[in-house]
Amino acid sequence: MTAPLLEVRDLSTHFFNQDGITRAVDGLSFHLEAQETVGIVGESGCGKTVTALSILKLLPPRLGRIIGGRILFEGLDLAGLSEPQMRAIRGNRIGMIFQEPMTSLNPVLSIGHQIAEAVRIHKGVSADRARARARQMLDLVKIPDAGQRLDDYPHQFSGGMRQRVMIAMALACDPKMLIADEPTTALDVTIQAQVLKLMLELKAKTGAAIVLITHDLGVVAETCQRVVVMYAGRKVEEAPVRQLFARPAHPYTRGLMASVARGKAGARAKRLNEIPGMVPSLREPIPGCAFAPRCQFAIDRCRNERPQFEAVAGEPAHQAACHRLSEVLKL
Amino acid sequence: MTAITARIASQPVRSGLWHFVRRNPTLVGGAVVLLLVVLAALAAPLIAGDPIAARPVNRLKPPSAANWLGTDQLGRDVWARTIYGARVSLMVGLSVAAIAMAIGLVIGLCAGFGRMVETVVMRLLDGLMAIPAILLAIAFVSLSKASVGVVIAAIVLPEIPRVVRLVRAVVLSVREQPFVEAAVASGTRVPKILRRHILPATLPPLIVQATYVCASAILIEAALSFLGAGTPPEIPTWGNMIASSRVYLGLAPWTIFGPGLALALVVLAVNLVGDGLRDRLDPRLARRM
Repeated sequence: MTAPLLEVRDLSTHFFNQDGITRAVDGLSFHLEAQETVGIVGESGCGKTVTALSILKLLPPRLGRIIGGRILFEGLDLAGLSEPQMRAIRGNRIGMIFQEPMTSLNPVLSIGHQIAEAVRIHKGVSADRARARARQMLDLVKIPDAGQRLDDYPHQFSGGMRQRVMIAMALACDPKMLIADEPTTALDVTIQAQVLKLMLELKAKTGAAIVLITHDLGVVAETCQRVVVMYAGRKVEEAPVRQLFARPAHPYTRGLMASVARGKAGARAKRLNEIPGMVPSLREPIPGCAFAPRCQFAIDRCRNERPQFEAVAGEPAHQAACHRLSEVLKL
Repeated sequence: MTAITARIASQPVRSGLWHFVRRNPTLVGGAVVLLLVVLAALAAPLIAGDPIAARPVNRLKPPSAANWLGTDQLGRDVWARTIYGARVSLMVGLSVAAIAMAIGLVIGLCAGFGRMVETVVMRLLDGLMAIPAILLAIAFVSLSKASVGVVIAAIVLPEIPRVVRLVRAVVLSVREQPFVEAAVASGTRVPKILRRHILPATLPPLIVQATYVCASAILIEAALSFLGAGTPPEIPTWGNMIASSRVYLGLAPWTIFGPGLALALVVLAVNLVGDGLRDRLDPRLARRM
């Protein structure tokens, strides 16, 4: 087997501010094969976005720092690259889609201009060529009348169209990898489906691998091949998507699945399940399993010793970090 | 529905110039006055006599057909001196505004984006701001030989911190916008981000600020001339005209009307233009009329 496109090994990103250190990402490892889609799921504040920003080294300067681990992209350790070297990779080899399509486009520049900009920076082509490419990209993301709409400004587009423009921007340089940070969260449900479908289509066309960051398990089920479940800055479970839904192993993953509304039409509304307790503070180091305080299976060992990853039911692709894995699986 | 459509259709289309004037009375009013003053200053030799020639026989004469605004204590024509005085005032006002904006913009952009620059520069400028503009200008002028250029430099200096603070405030708010982050994420260099994404956002408030700086520069120049600092005494300026007529105020009040009214009118016009531009360029701050 060849080396994966992206391999994150033991990544730790901490935020340093006046009242202490926040361990936003704490020893995270995962990998992404070429042309694969991996979902990173977890609730707000579990380190999903910080992971994405760490990969592109877009952490707020002086506040957030990668303090350990390696980010191997095409065999190159991004963690050790200088800012000019990173600039050559951002937008060129790795594209990024942000959560807010409403504000991620500059309101005073035409969208053709904004798409062409990345192409000109990285490919060094003429303005005309870059414009032609921008037009081609707009066609690709199915914006009607691409030729005319190049000169329109962001306010002339709807939210879903703006997100498609963002996708066009991110893919304009043919990146090998796309990081999509909650790409559909700000959109309404029907548009979400359109945008996801479009992303998958484009992925098939361009062959870009995708890291999809989301808190929406439904989105993961529809789009991803593998899923990484994060909790409190750590990976708790990783599995091929089918197995994760068929057989969630970590108590947190189970809680997450149970808290998804699953109503049948006409059925009596039931109270949603929730995971009791709160996300632990990331200010203090957590010696054991981060989920232990909220976990119904927790024993003393969970609180004191950090669990190692174990294969679930003999499947090496399905891994979970839980001391009581065998007991949980029996349920 | 059709009635409404008909009514809308029957309203005359308010087109072009008149509509603009109606919508922006302050902007147009101020601009017209300013334009007249600029034209008068440019055409000074055509519409006014010699501002320097002294005719002691004619001293302190009241307004007449020959001397529209009377004559001063040396028998010089007040009208001519007022018109020529506009040249100095306008030149000082406009150059100070332009230079202060240019310098302030560059420093402000750097201070807004570079943390190291920011701490040092902003503290220096805060110190500069603590000294009243007029005192700083007097100190600066008294250090060098009197000329209009020195006066301009002396007034620019205390205006810079105000411009820098304004630009920096805009930079700080715009650079947190997601589209700037998106530009960084697509590999754009910092200078390009400043030019493309941040500079345009600073221009509207900057243009408005420029008019206020211009008005205050005209006033400071007049104050400096009044105090006898700065502009050489042989050049007629509104400030030194007011200063010299002060002595004869009881005897010949007309000597002060020309420069006094001109100064008030120009400063008012510049401020009106500033207010009008602010209403146009920054709708959030616009007064509801």
